[in-house]
Amino acid sequence: MWEQIQANRRRSLVLITGMAVVLVVLGYSAGAALFPGGGGIIGLGVALIIWGVQMAVYLTNAESLLLTGAFARELQRADCPRLFNIVEEMKLASGLPFLPRIHLIDDPAPNAFAIGSKPGNSAICVTTGLLHRLNRDELQGVIGHEIGHLKNDDVKFMTLAAVMLGSIVILSEIVWRTMRFGGRGRSRSDSRGGGQLQLILLVVALVFAILGPLMAQLLYFACSRKREYLADASCAQFTRYPEGLASALAKISQAGVPLSFASKATAAMFIVNPLPAASDEPTGLFATHPPTSERIRILRGMAGASLADYEAAYKRAHGGALIGPVSLQSAPTQSIRAPSDEGPIETRRDTKDLNYRARGYLRLRCNCGLEISVPEGYEQNSIRCIRCGSVLPIPAAQPAPSAAAPTTPLHYTRTGHSWESFRCACGRTVQISPAFAAPQVKCNGCGRMITIHQPT
Amino acid sequence: MPLAIVALILGGLVVVVLLWVAGAYNGLIRLRNQVENAWAQIDVQLKRRYDLIPNLVETVKGYAKHERETFERVTQARNMAMNAKGVAERAQAENVLTGALKSLFAVAEAYPELKANQNFLALQEELTSTENKIAFSRQFYNDSTMSYNTQTETFPTNFIANTFGFTRREFFEAKAETERAAPKVSF
Repeated sequence: MWEQIQANRRRSLVLITGMAVVLVVLGYSAGAALFPGGGGIIGLGVALIIWGVQMAVYLTNAESLLLTGAFARELQRADCPRLFNIVEEMKLASGLPFLPRIHLIDDPAPNAFAIGSKPGNSAICVTTGLLHRLNRDELQGVIGHEIGHLKNDDVKFMTLAAVMLGSIVILSEIVWRTMRFGGRGRSRSDSRGGGQLQLILLVVALVFAILGPLMAQLLYFACSRKREYLADASCAQFTRYPEGLASALAKISQAGVPLSFASKATAAMFIVNPLPAASDEPTGLFATHPPTSERIRILRGMAGASLADYEAAYKRAHGGALIGPVSLQSAPTQSIRAPSDEGPIETRRDTKDLNYRARGYLRLRCNCGLEISVPEGYEQNSIRCIRCGSVLPIPAAQPAPSAAAPTTPLHYTRTGHSWESFRCACGRTVQISPAFAAPQVKCNGCGRMITIHQPT
Repeated sequence: MPLAIVALILGGLVVVVLLWVAGAYNGLIRLRNQVENAWAQIDVQLKRRYDLIPNLVETVKGYAKHERETFERVTQARNMAMNAKGVAERAQAENVLTGALKSLFAVAEAYPELKANQNFLALQEELTSTENKIAFSRQFYNDSTMSYNTQTETFPTNFIANTFGFTRREFFEAKAETERAAPKVSF
């Protein structure tokens, strides 16, 4: 198992180096062909600058940009203990040294992805559509697949590969345009003085400008597909239950709801390609994911839960080797466990509430029975019920009666034993779970501790 | 002149062998640390289960007063597991505890008021997941132990293992395959 990761790393290094060579050769030959006399260095410089700029963008917190762009909100343990438990279970099964953060995206399309490779910035995102469709085993399969991506260093590698691919595409575009528009003037000025070397360089630049991006893309997508298979194999090994992931994939691909914020640039990250056209696409050379039906067929064809069983099923369904014999030697045989009989993680209603909580909504129940959701940032101290018209006070933490200091300790008295929300003095919403039993709660906005009195 | 070449070749060979020894030694250390870390993870989860049990028993007692026998069995199994020594004995005691917990949850089934209690539901989720976590960390421990043991016993790394005292590790075995297959409490 662990040897497999090392083999992966070696292969990735070869691929990244190969792409780097393409980039360098393209830059140098194009520069030398277009600007005789020292042009090669200029071309090389341009290539490296393009690469450096893209790399810098990725290194400076691309994760949080992406999460913000997807309107993802981080979940706290109290919000959804079962989801946290499942992630912790998969962390233990995989031996991942850190626990990724968990984010929720409010989208009816069921999907999930993992980003980041370092302990601080890695996160697993799930959509609300995923949570109310899948049962515990299926969700465990999805989380196992994402943890597999993190464990196999896929996120780091695919980011590096994407940067390389982007640089090659941009550079070849530049070369192309320069040759088309700048080439005419140049050919007039150096009348037949170029020499043979110049011609060779020109041909090399042309070939690399045409084939470079194409080859790089083919390699990139082939890698992306292979990594999906490998994450599936890892998931089966972690969960010891390939059927969980198989039935989750079936549910996700049959849902037929396209993800609203996904684009071609982000499609490779998800567990199943989220773009509407991708679902019925056969095994394309430019596909980010293998066909879902084939992934399901392999998972359902597994005789056990080990990597060797996945390899055997892969050979039967697809032909060829995936993991390779070296890493399989030390893989022990593992049997598939029995399914757990737990139902959906959350009902549709629970998921809606979870999303409201993650987004800091205050939930009020009017005497007429209507539940009112007040977004964070609402500043009035009361709100009128839209059904019965009665005015409801916004629950807020109160300062202790005798205190006078500027940061007086706050108090809040609970009204019951269900989910409760109130407003802290700083304006942020504080949520209390039904199982909350501690004497104090910490406000996520200002960090102060608020004393909670249990109902009498 | 030929003497110098022979010396050079011999010197090169020695360097290569030393490098290999260093690499193999580091690999074994890495595997052993992984095994130890995996064992620590199991320990964390087992401790968590010991901590949860008194809470659970108290909660259930409030609703089901007449099930003293079940409570005693759970408490006894917990104490035995906490005092167990060694990997094999520990595994045995933990299996008994898992069985006792199952019967406690089966008892809870007969009390609808208990099943509606938020505190009980939260405890139940925590215990179910802790059972899962024990199973998963045991799985990771056994996988790690398997690759560690394979490394210490196969040629040529077994020379390094014998020289530096890397000994074989015990597996954390569940009693029966069926019990390992379904360690969780179902509702």
